[in-house]
Amino acid sequence: MPTFYGTEIASALMLGTAQYPSPAILADAFRQSNAGIATVSVRREAGGEQAGQDFWRLVSDLNVALLPNTAGCHSVREAVTTAHMARELFNTPWIKLEVIGHADTLQPDPFGLVEAARILTEDGFQVFPYCTEDLVLCDRLVQAGCEVLMPWGAPIGTGLGLNNIYGLRSLRAHFADIPLVVDAGLGLPSQAAHAMELGYDAVLLNTAVAQAGDPATMARAFASAIEAGRAAFTADPMSPRDMAAPSTPVLGKAFL
Amino acid sequence: MSGQITILGAGVAGLCMATELVARGYDVRLIDPKGGPGAHGCSWWAGGMLAPDCEGAVAEEPVVRHGRKAAEWWTANGAEITYGGSLVVALGRDRQELDRFARRTDRFDWITRDRLAEFEPDLADRFDRALFMTGESHLNPRPVLLTLRERLKSNGVQVETTGTPTGQVIDCRGLSAADRLSDLRGVKGEMVILRAPDITLSRPVRLLHPRFPLYIVPRGDGVFMLGATQIESGQRTRATVRSVMELLNAAYALHPAFGEAEIMEIGVDARPAFPDNLPRIGRYADGTLYANGLFRHGYLLAPALARMMGDHLDADGNPREKPEFWHENHN
Repeated sequence: MPTFYGTEIASALMLGTAQYPSPAILADAFRQSNAGIATVSVRREAGGEQAGQDFWRLVSDLNVALLPNTAGCHSVREAVTTAHMARELFNTPWIKLEVIGHADTLQPDPFGLVEAARILTEDGFQVFPYCTEDLVLCDRLVQAGCEVLMPWGAPIGTGLGLNNIYGLRSLRAHFADIPLVVDAGLGLPSQAAHAMELGYDAVLLNTAVAQAGDPATMARAFASAIEAGRAAFTADPMSPRDMAAPSTPVLGKAFL
Repeated sequence: MSGQITILGAGVAGLCMATELVARGYDVRLIDPKGGPGAHGCSWWAGGMLAPDCEGAVAEEPVVRHGRKAAEWWTANGAEITYGGSLVVALGRDRQELDRFARRTDRFDWITRDRLAEFEPDLADRFDRALFMTGESHLNPRPVLLTLRERLKSNGVQVETTGTPTGQVIDCRGLSAADRLSDLRGVKGEMVILRAPDITLSRPVRLLHPRFPLYIVPRGDGVFMLGATQIESGQRTRATVRSVMELLNAAYALHPAFGEAEIMEIGVDARPAFPDNLPRIGRYADGTLYANGLFRHGYLLAPALARMMGDHLDADGNPREKPEFWHENHN
């Protein structure tokens, strides 16, 4: 099971808390998913008078670790301010750092991300950066103090799955000792299973469950897929090969 | 039936409750410190769509079932209802949102540009297909609330601003009742009222968008209501630039002539909601009854809650079956 900044989590699924039809359905989806971590967004407007606290109390009642995020922040300064607000509200050094660089694709801003990660790490935060699968960027994030990397599968909310399997695989090979999480872009359980088969430590998703017609059932489907993918990785899968190898020996026939 | 009833709160829930119970012969008092419907209550800022089938794409089944009976109640109680159906559209890039919406709702016709041109000529050159929700209707919330208040007045029920409740008390205070209902929360909504004389729409239009869903309700005389954000926050007074920008952007995407519209009002309040976003009627430990948690379905479900409460009272509080949405509180 994944360990983030010294805390072991009993599940490889991290689930977002936005866009559900109701908090009751959200809670049901969490129960069915066995998720170990809930991400929660901090709207800056809500901070002043803690006006969102009813919802946050509902999320706290899920009895999972909370990972506040800086969703919707488009600059380093905005992200840093939001992270500080999150630390006060949720009393945790964990922060999922999003610095959005492009309004349409919601693509991370790699330059701002590294800068914000450095500032926050120096300030005692434990940063979970939402990044692209770029190896050099990930290297810089680790140098900036990140002990977790969360590359995207595809842009947020698209459900396109793993867009660059080669890139994700080479991150895994390069960062053998850093927990890796595929964050964003997953739409189907099979895509989550694939991420786990690549040796990823966890996946983070939200829309795929929250916007499904039946979120709780979809949550259960993801939980099964993640377990299957993880088991497949630990079982050391066979390597694909071009020549067919019959699983039943073909006795009595000449070798060609 | 007879018996004294005191209703607390004169928003859509309290006014519907009072109207229904007066019609059933109860001696009703209505207390609201603010003196009746107005900008202090969230039903003042509502869209006024009676759109059970559209809501059914996200909301649970009881919302659809009870909501389908709402227009009939409103008509019977003097409200002016426009029965024109409603339309659901999506911009080209989001076409699949429309397919998904259609899979999750009911009672609609797929229409193409030609038919759209008959319904709403101003939209026909912008959208090549739409869902026409055949059974839906809409009303204009503020005049409707004032109509209920006037009709109650002519039946001898004045909104009292002070006074001690007598008889059976029914708490319809919306979010203010969070002091007694610990799991009631606020869901903030922001809306804009525009005057756009260059645009003609006869029925509500929903624009599906993965990030900024929007609806536009025509209010007549070139006036339109744009709604509404839905934010998990009990903050009731501050509309943010971001929210208003999203609403206006979506309106502009629906029709560029909204770019020339005059902004008449920017409204904000928080809707009262329970964790399942379904309403409740119930009883506190001291015997006070309540109706609350109408969320974004005030005009759609307040009549149903009023009828359920009426049935409950008619059975002297001991009906053979507890009403749907019944909740017994232990404080």
